[in-house]
Amino acid sequence: MIFLIDFTPIKPDFGLIFWTTIIFLIFWLMIGKFAFRPIAAALKKRESDIQGSLDEAKRVRQEMANLKAENEELLVQAREERAHILKEAKEAGNRLVEEAKGKAKVEAQKIVADAKEQIEHQKMAAITDLKNQVGAFSIQIAEKVIRRELSSNKEQETFVNDLVKEIKLN
Amino acid sequence: MATFAPLFKKRVEMPIKFNQMRRYILSFIFLLSLSVFAFSQEHSEPQSGGQPTNGEVQHGDPGAIDHQDHGTEAHDAGCGPQEEHEFDPGATAFHHIADQNIYSIGPWNFPLPCFLYAPDHGWSVFSSGKFHADAHGNGHVAVDKYVLVEGMVQRIADPTFPDGEVEVAHHPYFQKVKREDGGEKEIASICYESKLYPAEDRSTADGGLFGGGITSFYDFSLTKNVTSMIFIFALLSWMFLSVAKAYKTRDGMAPKGMQGFIEPIFIFIQDEVAKPFLGHKWEQYLPFLMALFFFILALNLFGQIPFLGGSNVSGNLAVTMVLAIITFLVVNLSGNKHYWEHILWMPGVPAWVKVILTPVELLGVFIKPMTLMLRLFANITAGHMVMVIFVSLIFVFSNNGINVGAGYGTAVGSTLLTLFMMTIELLVAFIQAFVFTILTASYIGAATEEAHH
Repeated sequence: MIFLIDFTPIKPDFGLIFWTTIIFLIFWLMIGKFAFRPIAAALKKRESDIQGSLDEAKRVRQEMANLKAENEELLVQAREERAHILKEAKEAGNRLVEEAKGKAKVEAQKIVADAKEQIEHQKMAAITDLKNQVGAFSIQIAEKVIRRELSSNKEQETFVNDLVKEIKLN
Repeated sequence: MATFAPLFKKRVEMPIKFNQMRRYILSFIFLLSLSVFAFSQEHSEPQSGGQPTNGEVQHGDPGAIDHQDHGTEAHDAGCGPQEEHEFDPGATAFHHIADQNIYSIGPWNFPLPCFLYAPDHGWSVFSSGKFHADAHGNGHVAVDKYVLVEGMVQRIADPTFPDGEVEVAHHPYFQKVKREDGGEKEIASICYESKLYPAEDRSTADGGLFGGGITSFYDFSLTKNVTSMIFIFALLSWMFLSVAKAYKTRDGMAPKGMQGFIEPIFIFIQDEVAKPFLGHKWEQYLPFLMALFFFILALNLFGQIPFLGGSNVSGNLAVTMVLAIITFLVVNLSGNKHYWEHILWMPGVPAWVKVILTPVELLGVFIKPMTLMLRLFANITAGHMVMVIFVSLIFVFSNNGINVGAGYGTAVGSTLLTLFMMTIELLVAFIQAFVFTILTASYIGAATEEAHH
């Protein structure tokens, strides 16, 4: 129970100074070289790795967004093109139909005109034929008539031709 | 009854975590109270009239045999009876925070190697087991004029005292003597063949400032503090080398185990201390700051572990002095032109102010490390002392073991107080290590700062 009243921790002991110096210096230099520096380097490397990964992810995300925007643009373009093509096709169709219609009309007109001409021809031929037949008939009639009234054939014929010429068709 | 059953069930099925925690806390308090009893046994022995109360003491402790002789005068070798002292908590605390040449844990004394140098005798190297110390650390054998007083090696300067191993009286005699400066000092004297020989303290480097000085011998022994420091050095080396290895072998993987434990602390010091104060030079000084922080922290914490001797390493001025001197050297050796210019001839102030500033700045160069040294020393020492004094309350209130009931009553309160103090000391251990490191970083930062005008 009896203790010396002596506050020794405040008296720096040479031995303790000596050992502390040695132990701390070894700890500082050895652990600093073989542990603290490698750990700090590893942490730094990891930090830069993480930063790099984050940057990479950000970049990829940006790229994805760009790609998506591009796709969308492409889609819009495709849609526009489709509409354009459809419109063109429709126009072409219309035009074809119009053309066909025009052609048909022209053809029809031509056919009608041809028909008309044909009819005219036929008509003329018929008329001529009719004229001739009427002439013949007239001559026959006149012959019969003249046989009884005119003595010479010549006079008779001239007379009849004059008569025929006088007949005006239509 | 119907309402009680579900309540009881709920109580029984309480989350295991809470139960476990409560169990840990209770067992911790119980263990702490054990420490109080171990302490009380150690210190109540003189009062027990020579009846050892602890069976283990008889076997494990080389000095245990002489417990039988306490209070008798059979071995006082004719130097007169011992004075009975009142229990002094202060002196007890001083004893417990002191460095010692034996490592005592509870009733056991572990011998440590002694490397002693006396200019008139040369080196003496032996184990402190040769002193045959008792539970108080008082040896009853003198070796080459060296004696063990309260666990500390002292030397008898008297040339008539014989060299070699001689048996001396078991208890040193304490006397108050006048110091040269007028103050009083208590010295121990050893009784050998009816004559008292005053024992000299080991040489200390305080230049007489704190009552020490150069004596006839130097103690370079592996004391309790040095042993603790070597143990901490080995532990930290193993921890950090394995962590460094883990960073190599587990590259690119998440930290695990010890690595995960060390990493947040490491990053905290790196990012909160080194980088803000040192700028782009932080990598150069990182090992020094880390070494300081972890060395101080580990020593602070080691001193707080119950049942491990409570080594007061970082609360010893010699240790903090070495750390402060190394800091002083690192700071001033890395000081650049800008730093010295600001100390020696502060630019941008009138000449008469410079005359005042220069001595102040020069003083500051030395005061800075000195405050580092004293702050750490005072904080840790105070923590250890408070702990011992709280335990000492038991003996104060139990009137030196006469009133056992009061002693047991106080033991409960003092255990709780000690527990509270230990919690605070845990905090102090971290804070002091952190403060020492951050101030060192700021001093280095100031010394290496580039000029910017």
